[in-house]
Amino acid sequence: MTRRARRFITAAILLLGVAGPAAATDVSDWNAVSAEARGQTVYFNAWGGSENINAYIRWAGDEMNARYDVTVAHVKLDDTAKAVATVVAEKSAGKNEGGAVDLIWINGENFAAMKRQGLLFGPDWTTKLPNWRYVDHESKPTVLKDFTIATDGLESPWGGAKLVFFYDSARTERSELPDSAVGLLKWAEANPGRFSYPQPPDFIGSSFLKQVLIELVDDKAKLDKPVDDATFEADVAPLFSYLDKLTPLLWRKGKAYPQNYPEMKQKLGDGELDIIFAFNPAEASAAIASGELPDSVRSFVFSGGTLANTHFVAIPYNATAKAGALVFANFLLSPEAQLRKQDAQVWGDPTVLSLAKLPAADRSTFEALDLGVATLRPDQLGPALAEPHPDWMTRIEAEWIRRYGAAN
Amino acid sequence: MGQPIRPAHSRQGEKLLQRLLKGNALLVLMLGLPVFAGIAGTVLPAFGYLPALGGFQFTLAHFEELARQPHMLRSILAGLSAGLITTSAAVAIVATFVAGFAGTRIFARVQHLVSPLLAIPHAAAAFALAFLIAPSGFLLRLISPEMTGFMRPPDWLLPNDPLALSMVAGLITKEVPFLFLVTLAALPQLPVRSSGQLTEALGYGRLCGFLISLWPALYRQIRLPVFAVLVYSLSVVDVAMILGPQLPATLPVRIIEWAADQGLSPRFLASAGALLHLAVVLAAMAIWIVLERLGRSALAVLTYSGRRFPNDAALRIASALAMAACAALIFMGLALLAVWSVAGLWQFPDAVPANLTSRIWLRTLPQIWEPLRMTVALGLSASSLALLCTILLLHRNGSAGRNMKATGYKLLYLPLIVPEISFVFGLQILIVSAGLTPAFPSVMAVHFLFVLPYVLLSLSAPWRELDPRFEKIAAGFGKSASEILLTVRLPLLFRACLTALAVGFSVSVGLYLPTLLIGAGRLTTITTEAVALSSGGDRRVIGVYALIQALLPFLAFLVASLAPQLLFRNRRAMRM
Repeated sequence: MTRRARRFITAAILLLGVAGPAAATDVSDWNAVSAEARGQTVYFNAWGGSENINAYIRWAGDEMNARYDVTVAHVKLDDTAKAVATVVAEKSAGKNEGGAVDLIWINGENFAAMKRQGLLFGPDWTTKLPNWRYVDHESKPTVLKDFTIATDGLESPWGGAKLVFFYDSARTERSELPDSAVGLLKWAEANPGRFSYPQPPDFIGSSFLKQVLIELVDDKAKLDKPVDDATFEADVAPLFSYLDKLTPLLWRKGKAYPQNYPEMKQKLGDGELDIIFAFNPAEASAAIASGELPDSVRSFVFSGGTLANTHFVAIPYNATAKAGALVFANFLLSPEAQLRKQDAQVWGDPTVLSLAKLPAADRSTFEALDLGVATLRPDQLGPALAEPHPDWMTRIEAEWIRRYGAAN
Repeated sequence: MGQPIRPAHSRQGEKLLQRLLKGNALLVLMLGLPVFAGIAGTVLPAFGYLPALGGFQFTLAHFEELARQPHMLRSILAGLSAGLITTSAAVAIVATFVAGFAGTRIFARVQHLVSPLLAIPHAAAAFALAFLIAPSGFLLRLISPEMTGFMRPPDWLLPNDPLALSMVAGLITKEVPFLFLVTLAALPQLPVRSSGQLTEALGYGRLCGFLISLWPALYRQIRLPVFAVLVYSLSVVDVAMILGPQLPATLPVRIIEWAADQGLSPRFLASAGALLHLAVVLAAMAIWIVLERLGRSALAVLTYSGRRFPNDAALRIASALAMAACAALIFMGLALLAVWSVAGLWQFPDAVPANLTSRIWLRTLPQIWEPLRMTVALGLSASSLALLCTILLLHRNGSAGRNMKATGYKLLYLPLIVPEISFVFGLQILIVSAGLTPAFPSVMAVHFLFVLPYVLLSLSAPWRELDPRFEKIAAGFGKSASEILLTVRLPLLFRACLTALAVGFSVSVGLYLPTLLIGAGRLTTITTEAVALSSGGDRRVIGVYALIQALLPFLAFLVASLAPQLLFRNRRAMRM
């Protein structure tokens, strides 16, 4: 049967909504998994707001098609919660097979929610992936603990993230830059209207709130546990008194916010903002390479540390193409795919692999990788602050919307 | 009587069935059923009933939750005022322009300038405007730093201003062409020239004369389209996302956000919101009806006062400028999109990019192929199907075709007057409840729903106006009705059919909400991609998408006007 005919039949089956019962996929028999994956279409639900990331996913999809006869369809989301909502709706509609989502780009509170409600394919499949042997789960604790929640092999690491700030050295002196959240407030007083953060509940915007919370909260140990209702008000009081002072000093005086971090990047290029941030240390180098930012842009971090985490891919319990999703997750972990991802010309997202575990040839290509003019070396990135329990993010987002959700 | 007498009610039933099958009833089924099913799909979950999502009992809890959402009143009022201001401004601009210039040469010119605007999708027009008016946008770059002294963009809250003024501006530029074309269709039925001469002879200014002699009759004819404008500008999502306020967003945008949130309760909340939006729309209609009454009384006062306002040149010029500005803003914005799509680094306040590059096109084109194919497939299938139905409907109505105007005509506007978010959202819930996977046929069916009214509207006038003698002659030769349709009427109306197809195609290209909701993000079109990129997407990439989005309808109209020329090379009278 030609591939086209097979695809047509698959489409017809999907159309009629009568996908046949899939046999349980056994991850430990990898040959069987690859054989089953042939001809499948993987609906990869991933945030689609950044062109270079989309281009990378397209490349990975083309490779999957050529090597494993698996088609990857990127369902571009503006919020990962949408994919979670789809699976939740399917579960309550009793659609326990043939679901619309095969693989989700996920971490943090979305993972916590799916794990809690039993919406993920399991048990532990990630450590059974052939390429797991390269993963650095020893020195990168966030590979096994996602926002304090144990991953339990229900999501496979894809990339690392570290909060990094960017500025244009042609406009701003290196010596004037802030070195902490409090320093940032002082800087904003001297430079009103030149700083902002993406409007929560945008993921990066909420991350900024968490960065400030971690720096200002009286007892950091509280953040490892779910929110305690009794002390919540007092715990977040320093954060919101900080924001009360910062808001009138923000871009547009806090009456409008950038909608996500690529928009901040645009505004740094336009000269509307002077300090921006992203979760990808190579963001500025990639933007310089694509002509979005001038080559005078540079990076900096707080010496007290900035937020760090890992992002993952996970398979819903009712995914249609589980085998295809497994093969794709494994491919995303391959040294080749990880190398290309870390290249600032492509995306610049840090690898989750351990260089020490790689074959010599792969290790030397990684080491020879040009990080780009505006990217800090790994040893310059400063201490990594652990993510609070996902509960905190949900609660401070709601509180933020209540307080600042309507401009005056 | 040889035959047994049949009971009377059965004969009546037969008659009813016959009447149902004839024309308008078919329309009721095609347009009415999905709309009302969609509303039902919204109403039930709003009151908590949706077994598929675990809601088994009726409750008002979701409305209570809706009331607890922060800043709801702001969202509602911003949208409500934006809708009312857009509609009144569009009506005022079109009315003064038509009054001031009907029958003049400028009128004909503007007509040509404004018509293509209608085909440009709303999102593309919104992008065009956003790129122009933002503090880092082109208009300010053009005069900076020379005239403004700005070396860096000023901290002005544009677009996305809390009062929704930029959104209103964006909507006006698109609704003025729509109302203008609807008005053009209504004008021939009015004695424009003779009443103009009469009021002029009595010493009235052009505006005032038109207003008291022709406007009431004209407004009666365009009243439904005006309500469609009102509902559209209240319910719009894509333009609101690009130009509208964000702190908080307007109600329809927030409904979309709830519908996409994780967990189940936000879906019930979104249904309750969609129902609330329906109420807001009804309120807006009520306000509009009050405004109509006030306008009528004011007009009566003006008429009986006998004042003639002979010097209205300033107002007339202003209306011409407003019309021209709508066209100029959009065309300038589109040109700007084209420049951005090939720009290298382009920093404020440079009026031109530092260097040009084809890199973005080369990188984006391979990715655009899939959504482009989907857009064209949806547009062509939905509009062809709509054309087929239109021909069927018009043919069935036959000599009774004129009745179409009375009942059928009003019905056409049903999908346009019920806010799309209130019933498309319900349709989505019904599709999910039925366990169907989002797929091409369901999205196409919903596109068809929005395309059909426009195709029917644009074909029904040429259909009525075709000289009946052609068909009479053919009938005289003993041809059957369907033979006449195929060999005489359709070839003669070939160009009109193609134009209707192009109209339907461009409507389908521009559809955002139905594609997004029914396709569940899986069926991506140029429009859904462009709006997804709207915030934060690289301006160059947005430029590519918006440009292609605006080009598609243009190409459709080009084909519609060129194909008859090629096909009928040897028939001079049909080439035009």
